[in-house]
Amino acid sequence: MSALWIATIGTSVIAFLLKYSGHSIPERFLSNPKIQRINTLIPIALLSALVGVQTLTEKSSLAIDHRLAGVGVAVIALFLKAPFPVVVLTAALTSAAIYNWF
Amino acid sequence: MSSPDIGYLRQNRRVSKVASTTLRDSFSVSLTVGAYGVAFGAAAVANGFSVAQSCLLSLLTFSGASQFAVVGVMGAGGNPISAIATASLLGVRNGLYGVIMAPRLKVRGIKRIIAAQITIDESTGVALNQESRGEDAMRHGFYLTGFGVFIFWNLFTLAGALGAQAMGDIRAWGLDAAVPAAFLGLVWPRLITKRDRIIAISAVALALALTPILPAGLPIIATAFIAIAVGLRP
Repeated sequence: MSALWIATIGTSVIAFLLKYSGHSIPERFLSNPKIQRINTLIPIALLSALVGVQTLTEKSSLAIDHRLAGVGVAVIALFLKAPFPVVVLTAALTSAAIYNWF
Repeated sequence: MSSPDIGYLRQNRRVSKVASTTLRDSFSVSLTVGAYGVAFGAAAVANGFSVAQSCLLSLLTFSGASQFAVVGVMGAGGNPISAIATASLLGVRNGLYGVIMAPRLKVRGIKRIIAAQITIDESTGVALNQESRGEDAMRHGFYLTGFGVFIFWNLFTLAGALGAQAMGDIRAWGLDAAVPAAFLGLVWPRLITKRDRIIAISAVALALALTPILPAGLPIIATAFIAIAVGLRP
């Protein structure tokens, strides 16, 4: 089985077990305020790290290229409170323009 | 006999009115959020997943942030264990939603399995928004939104995956920047306090600093420790 299949099936199995366990365990196990707080902070850390890695790395080294321009425009769009599709589209258009013409 | 009839009608009218508000909430959330599935399908194919794998992730994992994470880590050259671990850390919150919803849904067996699968940000969010309208409205909101997002998310994933597959060189279409922009769009609404923004910037810095040193995928997981360290402080 290829690495991509292992990732696909493994993620799906654990995602379901996490959902199902929430429906089956007593509330007191997860009502600890520290657990709740860590749970709201983990997505912030992981998603931000993914933004950084996907924008500024190529294989295992740092790289500055057309993607940074695209994500920079996405930041501006978000500051201007643009909706999600606009953010993604302006990033793609900017990045594609630079990649194709420079 | 007249007063129970009026009572019944009045109650009935209230029930249908609640249902229409709940229906509207659920439908608008389902369509808007489901449309993000295009971005996921495209991101998955851009990062090397097949159309079938992209669609299976949406059907079986059915949790946006986890799905984006697994394709992001694999696309960055990570191994499946790091990808699964990152996605799973993002999936823990669905378990917490299950804890909130279980006492309100009170379902067992196959119904519990189905309810668990559609326990996500949106279904729980709409359900909690209906709280003032009563437990029935909460249940309606949960199921309508859960099934609604499920249908649209999967249809749009297929569309995005097929679209990206037809593109050829994804860089020429800007898809390699659209993927991190999509992550940014997911994290942006969560950056409410100064502490949140400091965590975000620290996580970017740490992940970039570790990229040349650690195998791909691990720099991303490592940033979870920032969240844990901050969360443990009183």
